[in-house]
Amino acid sequence: MPFFVVMGGISSCFVLLIILLLLADLRFASIAEFKTALLKPEIQFAFQLTILSCTVAALLSIWVATPLGYLLSRYRFPGRTFIDTIVDIPIVLPPLVLGLSLLILFHQPFFGWEIEKWMRDTVGFPITYRWPAVVLAQFSVACAFAVRTMRVTFDQIDPRAEDVARTLGCSRGQAFLQIAFPQAWRGMIAATTIAWARALGEFGPILVFAGATRMRTEVLSTTVFLELSIGNLDAAVAVSLLMVAMAVVVLVVLRLLGTGLTS
Amino acid sequence: MIEIKDLSLSAGDFSLSHLNFRIESGQYAVLMGKTGRGKTTILESICGLRRVESGTITIYGKNVTNWLPADRDVGYVPQDLALFPTFTVRGHLEFALRLRNWSKPSIADRSQQLAEQLGIRHLLDRKITGLSGGESQRVALGRALSFYPTVLLLDEPLSALDSDTRSEMQDLLKSITKLNEVTTLHITHNQEETAALADCSFELRDGKVERLTGMSAGKCQ
Repeated sequence: MPFFVVMGGISSCFVLLIILLLLADLRFASIAEFKTALLKPEIQFAFQLTILSCTVAALLSIWVATPLGYLLSRYRFPGRTFIDTIVDIPIVLPPLVLGLSLLILFHQPFFGWEIEKWMRDTVGFPITYRWPAVVLAQFSVACAFAVRTMRVTFDQIDPRAEDVARTLGCSRGQAFLQIAFPQAWRGMIAATTIAWARALGEFGPILVFAGATRMRTEVLSTTVFLELSIGNLDAAVAVSLLMVAMAVVVLVVLRLLGTGLTS
Repeated sequence: MIEIKDLSLSAGDFSLSHLNFRIESGQYAVLMGKTGRGKTTILESICGLRRVESGTITIYGKNVTNWLPADRDVGYVPQDLALFPTFTVRGHLEFALRLRNWSKPSIADRSQQLAEQLGIRHLLDRKITGLSGGESQRVALGRALSFYPTVLLLDEPLSALDSDTRSEMQDLLKSITKLNEVTTLHITHNQEETAALADCSFELRDGKVERLTGMSAGKCQ
């Protein structure tokens, strides 16, 4: 009995902290203020851009994370440890540094050639301080989490079945597509959902790389910052609660899928 | 016919060098040896899943040492069976045939024929989850034999079965390998299995493959 009291007592500190945080937010905001805030056109635009940019970032992330997670899980090749470490950098890098690095990358001249200038003048698709910058900033972090998830997914799938498939006539590509890929669907949905949730919470890199221009590059995380900066605490809390609700939906989806990542 | 000449390979802590043995066409050969001595490594090198350091592997006169696993025409049943979790039993029997672009009627005929030979016709539309050990063995065997391979490699196929099922599977292995006219190399450390199945037998001892004497005559060298 004392065992459970001690262990439960320590564990409950964290659980209690989260519950108190949510309760404090709920107590602070009234339904009327919540409605007023959500009816503001700026916040509605931010909501739409958030949904769209997070979805695009998540889809791009799973597109990259599936092959990369598979390669890291299955093969030992020169530079594997290096790539494995590089993939983790966006996870540990301070968000502002990541945003600053993106900004520098796009505006740094390489022998007179500049990515942003080329994208704007030649391709006709400017990035910086526009919505693509929001997606790219979200993708930079979200993809790292998706790669981790996909790697764990493929680690949990027995590679022997793919080996046997190769003796039956499969190329490596066919073994991946026909044997490993169908087994990885839960992991892929989990990775997409986690990438989406990470993109939702992204703030620092977006602020630096895409700016926080109302009705242009404003997403919900920047809305909270903008509303706070003009002293509109009620709207900031209302948007925060909206983001909490979205995060809860993501967690429920993960749990319903039974991915094991939330159990 | 399988011919191994001066084969050297390494895996983990051990290495095997200058292995030589030969199994004639249609023979059922058994390779014995203690656990962890490299029997599975030999099998994996024959089916192309493990690179060899030197030497040659010849299957029916063709030097396949550097061929891809898909090109070797070898059926392989690993010890853990490695069935495909998202496939039905029928899917297992049809998989290699679809890769070879067989026509739909030919695929259906072959899978029915195999299912009857293996006694798993009633399981064809089942997923592999929930199959018994013996049923899973039959599915893995059917999958490996489906495309009429010239060589069949079996890695301790009966080790996880109870004695009744084992005896049943021994009879099945004997009959189905004859029926499909396939040269077979079976790994085991069970003397009883060897006595029941082997046309000829070898032992992996001190890093060398030696032919065992006192068994049925056979043509192994």
